[in-house]
Amino acid sequence: MEVFLNEKSIVVNKGSTAFSIKRSFKPDADIVIHNGFIISKDILLKEHDRVTLIKRGEIPSKDELEALMSSRHTPGVHEKIKKARVGIAGLGGLGSNVTVSLARIGIGYLKLVDFDVVEPSNLNRQQYFIKHLGMKKSEAIKDLISQVNPFVKIETKDIYIDKNNIEELFNNVDIIVEAFDNPKAKAELINTVLKKMPEKKVVAASGMAGYFSNNTIVTRKLRDNFYLIGDGISEAKPGCGLMAPRVSIAANHQANTVLRIIMGEKDV
Amino acid sequence: MLVNGKKMSFENITILQLLNELNLDMNKVVVEVNLEIISKENYCNFVLNKEDRIEIISLVGGG
Repeated sequence: MEVFLNEKSIVVNKGSTAFSIKRSFKPDADIVIHNGFIISKDILLKEHDRVTLIKRGEIPSKDELEALMSSRHTPGVHEKIKKARVGIAGLGGLGSNVTVSLARIGIGYLKLVDFDVVEPSNLNRQQYFIKHLGMKKSEAIKDLISQVNPFVKIETKDIYIDKNNIEELFNNVDIIVEAFDNPKAKAELINTVLKKMPEKKVVAASGMAGYFSNNTIVTRKLRDNFYLIGDGISEAKPGCGLMAPRVSIAANHQANTVLRIIMGEKDV
Repeated sequence: MLVNGKKMSFENITILQLLNELNLDMNKVVVEVNLEIISKENYCNFVLNKEDRIEIISLVGGG
């Protein structure tokens, strides 16, 4: 029967087990993953099961790396994620966090747009590192993704987004993540997408400053193609700054909403 | 009219006037009238009716 070892098709005898595969192909492996789960007890394999063998600390070749990385992706889920095309408008606190989460799950294509450079004041909540200071965010994000998941197809644009270029920038994606800081820019993007690109989904955020309760940050579906995340009220202002924990809670609500849309889950 | 689910009694009021009444900045909102998104350019001449259901989503800064 056919099974997949490190994502490559192999033919094994009926009655083969995950550990018998390990013994024949990679006896020094110390992690055995069966259909996305690490196992410690042996298991009888069925046709088309996936087995991944990993030796801790071993740096694999690029081909092997992709197979090994996807071993924790759930079969059937990953195929859809790999085909998804998502645009991120703004690569700050929200955008850099959404990008990294989507890159980690192996999203197919990301269009990443921001005009700004990485500044020291960004590091309290954005995914950049000291080495990125002074770099364009559109360049720094490429470096981040290359370190997280080099198999994501990305396109970056160093440009200020406004109503005149939104359609052109995001016409080749299916889902647009609004990840701006400025409320006027947020409104402009949402209005433009809803009015001019109704076939796209927009996943926006409003209200995630401070250290208020985690649990006031919610995801609401306001229209068929419009999701809004946040507490709706906590504005960034003097005395109520933006900080990594709550901004990344909101960002990951956005990322999971994108994932749910990809998987055909229509409700929040 | 219903504004975000609340009954309000305004007559012959434009979207822009309603936003002003509610102390909202026209540049930081998304406005839906009877499920249709209204463009910002039309806020000043779009007159609301008694039967209209209006949803106003205000965006706050931060990200």
